[in-house]
Amino acid sequence: MIQLQKGVPLIDQHDENGYWGGKFGGNQIAESLNHPIEELENEFEKLRQDDTFIKERDYYFKNFIGAPTPFIKLENLTKYLGGAQIYCKLVSKATGGAHKAYNAVVHSLICRRLGKTYIGGDTGAGYAGKMLSMAAAKFNLKCKIFMGAKDIERQSINVFSMRSYGADIVPVNSGSQTLVDAVSECMRWWTSENEDSHMCVGSTVGPTIFVKICAWSTAQISREMKKQVIDEFGEVPKDMKLINCVGGGSSAAGFWNEWIDYDNVELIGVEAGGPEGSKKHAAPLTNDSPLGVLHGATQYVIQDNDGEIEETESISAGLDYPGVSPLHCFLKEAGRARYTSATDEEAIEAFQLVSKNEGFVSPSLEPSHAFAEAIKIAPTLSKDTIIVVDSCGDSAKDSKIIAERLGYKI
Amino acid sequence: MSSETLYKSFVNAEKKNRAALLTYTVGGDPNKSISLEIFREIAKSGVDIIECGLGHGANIGDGGAIQDSTYRALSGGIRTDDVFDIIKDFKDESEIDVIIMTYQNKIMSYGEEKFLEKCRESQVSGIICVDWPWPLNLKFSDKCKKNSITFIQLLCPTTNEERLNKILNDAHDVVYYISMLSTTGQKLKVSSNEIIERFQLIKKLSPEKKCIIGFGITADTINDFKKTDACVVGSALCREISNSINKELNPAINVGSMVRQLKDNLNS
Repeated sequence: MIQLQKGVPLIDQHDENGYWGGKFGGNQIAESLNHPIEELENEFEKLRQDDTFIKERDYYFKNFIGAPTPFIKLENLTKYLGGAQIYCKLVSKATGGAHKAYNAVVHSLICRRLGKTYIGGDTGAGYAGKMLSMAAAKFNLKCKIFMGAKDIERQSINVFSMRSYGADIVPVNSGSQTLVDAVSECMRWWTSENEDSHMCVGSTVGPTIFVKICAWSTAQISREMKKQVIDEFGEVPKDMKLINCVGGGSSAAGFWNEWIDYDNVELIGVEAGGPEGSKKHAAPLTNDSPLGVLHGATQYVIQDNDGEIEETESISAGLDYPGVSPLHCFLKEAGRARYTSATDEEAIEAFQLVSKNEGFVSPSLEPSHAFAEAIKIAPTLSKDTIIVVDSCGDSAKDSKIIAERLGYKI
Repeated sequence: MSSETLYKSFVNAEKKNRAALLTYTVGGDPNKSISLEIFREIAKSGVDIIECGLGHGANIGDGGAIQDSTYRALSGGIRTDDVFDIIKDFKDESEIDVIIMTYQNKIMSYGEEKFLEKCRESQVSGIICVDWPWPLNLKFSDKCKKNSITFIQLLCPTTNEERLNKILNDAHDVVYYISMLSTTGQKLKVSSNEIIERFQLIKKLSPEKKCIIGFGITADTINDFKKTDACVVGSALCREISNSINKELNPAINVGSMVRQLKDNLNS
């Protein structure tokens, strides 16, 4: 069994070749990307030790993204379900409406330090692209966003935002026309343009350095939450469960980062189970998908026995990815986190229940998957158990999809 | 031994005072039988070595033309075993060496040992794996050697001299120089002279190794490389297959004539 090291940041627990647990992650890339990746590795290691850079990051996190985001008790939901006390880290209050802003700001700052003028990124639900184009506008960088044609259609609200921020949106028409193809196309673009362009991978996927930068950025979520938890309870609760949705895994990695060494804190990841009865789920951890190489890293991937990536289907564009972060493969294999899935229908029900009971919390379809798990387990637990759900996205971008599903016209 | 015949193909071209010509097409594009026919036509048209793509949907190194070919093969149901069948059928009637170009997940999902066994059975001489860089590929490259298959290391313009030396040190007797920073099939964005300079550096560091130059080479530029070891044309051929299919023409014949033209231009 793979062991985690205590006292060592999760992002640094990889070996010299970039593999966590000896087999997850790595840099399975074309030779043409070796140099820019090395350049980025060196720059990132330098910057994370640099107080001026950390101050700059914190300044933008606080004043532009709005850190800390609220940590609140969902009293009505707790009362309604009975059992465990349910809390929520309302990351959707971050500027732009999701956790993707942290990674976007950090990558934009790095891009400037590298002296590059162009930044490009992939997007699925559109949040990563929206935040990157927002940050690029602020930091005077030219920005290109790669997005699957199918996602452009279903996430038109975020597409509108990206265009307003001046980003050039590149529709990707190959394959399933979703996130998986957008990431491939973005990597192809960077292979050609890396001399004056920087690439921002939108989640904790891709070659090791991108996994590290993204998780280092979203770690802000748990860093600020740890203080909030101690303010609320006076200490770390004896029995606490942190529930987060997992697509690529960036928000879960950030939500859990500070808690990895706390054995009394259970980490629960919820993947997209897809429509009820469908086999096209996007849940490689829950369903024990085989190990494979996707987008430069070894991970569990939904694929056929010929190594071809299979199409996934989820109501949530942000979770619709056939692979998953090497960090989560590592946490699963080490037995540190538990992974399960929720169906499209369960996510919709959770969205309705949470919105109706709490008003101020209206989760997008991604965290609705996490809420679905909280709703499932809370009634079976005692009131001494604290459940915290990361509501990492706001439902505004999904209003069209949810309304259609519920039979409203908007 | 396949790895020996591969090296000899380069030596034979050198003896005739010319660079070896390699072609790249995707195995199974547009289907099994036409793909085999394309190989036969290419062989008749004077190619020295055939590079056969074992296509992968989530490829990250290919430009539009090769993506289209890959998509056509995969959506037509071509599996890894079909590509091996095509190569085997071709090799049963031809002495021309065949190397496979693919992505790591295709090898990993098939099983490394089984993949190599199948390569031997189908008389594959070499393997290029786009997303399996040095030094991560060393264990596999050793396994290739044990199976008399040449694992072809990739080099590019931004491979610095220290890394270049290390890779060449571990490389088998054939390497591949990616001529520019791009995916396949983009317009040549560096001058032929710059490419030849890098080629000469590689040869200076490792005179015995044969070096294939690829990416962006077309009928218009191929003649610039006649004094190198070898060059490969891929996207132009894949585009020709697409065009022929669209015009309901025979892709094998058209690819064949394009290869003859390339060969003439290379030698003129």
